[in-house]
Amino acid sequence: MNTIDSGQRPVRGATALQTGRLPRLLPERFGGGPASLAEHVARYGRLPRGWDGPWREQLIAEAGRAGLTGRGGAGFPTARKLATVAAGRDAPVVIANGTEGEPASAKDKVLLACAPHLVLDGAVLAAHLVGAGQAIVVVHDAVREVVDGAAAERRQARLDQIKVKVMTGADRFVGGEATALVNWVAHGIPLPTATPPRVSESGLHGRPTLVQNVETLAHLALLARWGARWFRSLGTPAEPGSMLVTLIGAVHQPGVREIEIGMPVSDVLGLAGGPAVPLGALLIGGYFGTWADPAVAGALPFSAEGLSAIGGSPGAGLVAALPADVCGLAETARIARYLAGESAGQCGPCVFGLGSMASALEDLAAGHSYQPGQLRRWMAQVEGRGACHHPDGAVRMVRSALAVFGAEIDRHAQGWCCGCRPPGVLPVPLRRTP
Amino acid sequence: MIAGPRLRVDPIACDGRGLCAEVLPEMITLDDWGFPIIRDIEVPPGLLDEAAAAVRLCPRLALRLDHRAGAPAASRQRAS
Repeated sequence: MNTIDSGQRPVRGATALQTGRLPRLLPERFGGGPASLAEHVARYGRLPRGWDGPWREQLIAEAGRAGLTGRGGAGFPTARKLATVAAGRDAPVVIANGTEGEPASAKDKVLLACAPHLVLDGAVLAAHLVGAGQAIVVVHDAVREVVDGAAAERRQARLDQIKVKVMTGADRFVGGEATALVNWVAHGIPLPTATPPRVSESGLHGRPTLVQNVETLAHLALLARWGARWFRSLGTPAEPGSMLVTLIGAVHQPGVREIEIGMPVSDVLGLAGGPAVPLGALLIGGYFGTWADPAVAGALPFSAEGLSAIGGSPGAGLVAALPADVCGLAETARIARYLAGESAGQCGPCVFGLGSMASALEDLAAGHSYQPGQLRRWMAQVEGRGACHHPDGAVRMVRSALAVFGAEIDRHAQGWCCGCRPPGVLPVPLRRTP
Repeated sequence: MIAGPRLRVDPIACDGRGLCAEVLPEMITLDDWGFPIIRDIEVPPGLLDEAAAAVRLCPRLALRLDHRAGAPAASRQRAS
């Protein structure tokens, strides 16, 4: 298995990368700060140029052959999105999505902090591919300075024919949703808007808008250099390539790693030094993700296909390890309350339903009354009834908790709880009052 | 055969006033918080008048009849 710390002797520079070895996106060693433009070019070479019509079509087709999919959580085929936006009638625009509002995830921030030029390469390239004159790069506040610095370096070197604008994202959970991001860039309002229309058809100021996660753009910048065959030399035939994951909780070395898609979940945990204590559960994908029994999930491939066995998906690449002596129900109630608070507050079923669900889970976790029929009715009533997928993601997470923590629910009904340590493994920021 | 229209609600505009469910209970029920749950089927010919009335009466202009080929509600994209 090719992994970031597979123990193989590192081969320097682009040669090692071109043989398909990991890491592709992350530096071989952390600690050097962001790669300067010179360091970036030394490692990856320059972005190939062409920019004319046939060249653009070929490169979009190459992205299709590579099988690159979005790394922001939804996994939409990148080539299809590029083609849709490129075919738009109005002048398109590109928005690179580095908002990463998920509090437990750090992969986009780490990528931008280590390799900002790779993301900017991807954003500029995507702009050329769809015929946009401007790329707007929206990043988390924590990495704004680094990205500003990289953008200034490129301007000084007169590297790009595309105008690159860097913005700070709205620091909230729904801020990364495509329509919310467009709304934020256009009006400073980080709230989703009604669809249709999709932003790829009518987004920023009514223009066709390519909203693409920053990691996806970094992959695009590399496959433009080395092609689909190189890209597919890692991963599975159905889900080629590598992806970034964030490992948090009870592992020895939490942090961001680059993995080959399809490697077993237990090996992914191994990249963080493995479990630090006996584990009770894993939360895979993100706060919209899926709770899983480590004994069941450990052997599964970390891919959409592999994780579908437990109703999960890689999502935005989060793997959170919950110790066996922390109550999963209490942890679930905390996340559910957080997600209720992070509702954009626009759609009734989300505004009221997520709050009702969180209250039911808090009662369950505290050993008070639990009415499973009522909670399940609320979940069914909430799912699919928002303008965005926020309520759906919350329901998915809660549904998996009810399945995985079934024995714990029975214990709570009898007045017992497995948790002898307080919950708090998963970060839940306090809602700032505006 | 031409597909019949479907009822669609804009969940952002909807305020849960509930008139639609009174006018067209055959197709619209209210959830536990008073917001409309609409059956995602083509409006049967016999209910087209009532459906049009429900659309007209919505004080939030949140309800509409979607005449585009009877496709189910479009799935949405998240930034990916």
